[in-house]
Amino acid sequence: MSKLISINNLSFSYGNSLLHKDINMQFGRGKVSAIMGGSGCGKTTILKLIAGQLSPQSGKVVVDDQIVHEQDRDGIYNIRRKMGMLFQHGALFTDLSVFDNVAFPMREHTNLPENIIKDLVLLKLNAVGLRGAQKKMPSELSGGMARRVALARAIALDPDIIMYDEPFAGLDPISMAVICDLIRTLNDALCATSIIVTHDVAETFSFADYIYFLADGEVAAEGSPKQLLASKLPFVRQFIHSEKDGPVPFHVEAPAYKADLEL
Amino acid sequence: MNNLLNFIASIGFRFREKMTRLGAGARLFFLVLIYSGDSFKRIHLTIREIYFTGVLSLTIIVVSAFFVGMVLGLQGYYTLEKYGSSEAIGVLVALALVRELGPVVTALLFAGRAGTAITAEIGLMKATEQLSAMEVMAVSPIARIIAPRFWAGMISMPILAAIFSMVGVLGGYFIAVLVIGVDEGSFWSQMQANVDFSNDIVDGAIKSVVFGFACTIIALFEGFDAPPTAEGVSRATTRTVVISSLSVLGLDFILTSFMFV
Repeated sequence: MSKLISINNLSFSYGNSLLHKDINMQFGRGKVSAIMGGSGCGKTTILKLIAGQLSPQSGKVVVDDQIVHEQDRDGIYNIRRKMGMLFQHGALFTDLSVFDNVAFPMREHTNLPENIIKDLVLLKLNAVGLRGAQKKMPSELSGGMARRVALARAIALDPDIIMYDEPFAGLDPISMAVICDLIRTLNDALCATSIIVTHDVAETFSFADYIYFLADGEVAAEGSPKQLLASKLPFVRQFIHSEKDGPVPFHVEAPAYKADLEL
Repeated sequence: MNNLLNFIASIGFRFREKMTRLGAGARLFFLVLIYSGDSFKRIHLTIREIYFTGVLSLTIIVVSAFFVGMVLGLQGYYTLEKYGSSEAIGVLVALALVRELGPVVTALLFAGRAGTAITAEIGLMKATEQLSAMEVMAVSPIARIIAPRFWAGMISMPILAAIFSMVGVLGGYFIAVLVIGVDEGSFWSQMQANVDFSNDIVDGAIKSVVFGFACTIIALFEGFDAPPTAEGVSRATTRTVVISSLSVLGLDFILTSFMFV
C-alpha cells in the first residue's frame, strides 16, 4: 500500500508543554484512517501539522513526497490545494449562501465559467443530499446540515486528501449515520485518502480501515478496527469500552484529599 | 524594595507587550500592502465593504453633523455678537468643521460604528474557524478579508469627513441664517473669502486620511489578533474604540501643531 502522507519521528510542543513525542504515522492512499484519543491529546494538532498550519520542532510530515514545513508559502498553498478539510463546526462563511460557500474554492482557484461552477456546485450538494438547500444561509441550517455543506465545500475541488476534525461532535444519531456513510462513500468515489480525528468509537470502528490511538503524546496503539477490538492493551480497552477509570484516571493529579480539606 | 522592583518590572513588561502589539500591527499593515494586488483583483469585495463601512455609516454621520453644525451656529453667534461681528459666523462654523470637528468627530463616530463592526466580525470569523478554513483552502485571509476592509476604510473615511463638514455647514446655516436671521450674503461670502483651499480644506482632508488609516488598521488588527472566545472578541471590540479614539485625538494634536501653527 503506497503512502500519501507519512509522519516520521514527529515531536511538537506548544510553548514548553510537549504535546507529541516521536510520533510515526502512515496514511495509505485510498484508505480511511482515524486518529482517536481523549480530549486535548493533540489529535487536531496532527491535522494542522499535515496542513502546514503548524511546524514540528523535530521530525517531518511528508505529503505526496514533499516535506510540508520545508515549503515556502506558495509551496504550502500548492499542497493545500490537494486537501479538503471539514472543521468541527463546519466553519461555513456566514456571509455567503450555501451555494456560494461550496462555489468558494472553485471561484478562488479556477477560471471556470459561472455555468460550469453552477453545475459542479449542484453536483457536490446533491452528493451530500442538500441540493434543495442551495439558497439558504448558514444560519438557517441545522448542525448536521451545516456539516454536510462544509463537506460539500471540502470536496469541491476533488481533493486527494480529506481531513475531518471531529465530524460527529454534537450530531443527532441520524445525522451521524449520514456523515459516516458520506465519509466512506465520498472517499471511495473520489479515490481520496481520508483522515478522521474523533473520539466516537462505535461510528469510527464501523467504517475506518486503520486507527491510531494517541495517549500521553505517543501512539498508544494502532491497527485495523478488528485488531484493536481484540487488543488487550489497558488504554485501548478503557477507551473502547468507555470505562471511567483505568490508565486514564478519573481524578486529575491532586494533593491528598485530607490535606485539601485541611483535616 | 522588592515592591519597587516588581513595579518597575511590571512597567517594563507592559511596555514590551505594547511594543510587541505595535510591531504586530505594523506587520499586518505591510502584509495588507503586499496582498493588496490580490485583493484588487476581487474589487467587488472592496466595494461591498465600502457599502458596509461607508454607506451604512451615513445616517449617524449626517445626523451628528447637522447637530454639531447647529450647536456651532448657536454658540458662535452668541460669542461673536458680543464683539459685533456676528456675520463672521459662517467662517467660524466652516473653519471649525473643516479643520477640526469634521475629521475628528467623523473618526470617533467611524471607530464606534464601523470599527467595532469590523473587529467583532473578524474576531467571530476567527472564533468560528472561518479564517482557518480559508487558510486550509489555500486562500489568504489577508487578501480576502483584511485588505478589502482596509481599503474600504481608507476610501470611506475622507468621504464621510467631507460629508460631515458639508452637512455641518448646512446645520450652522439653518440656525444662523434661517432661525436667528444673520445676513445670508455675509454668511456665505465671508466663508468663501476666509476659508483657504490649500491651508484649510486640504489639511482637513489629510487629517481625515490619517484618522481613517489609524481607525481601520486598529479595528482590523484587534479583530485579527483577538483570542477566539466570546470574552476575547468583546475585549477586542472595546479596545478598538478606546485605542482608536485616543489615537485620533493624539494624532489630531500632532497634525494640528504641524499644519496650523
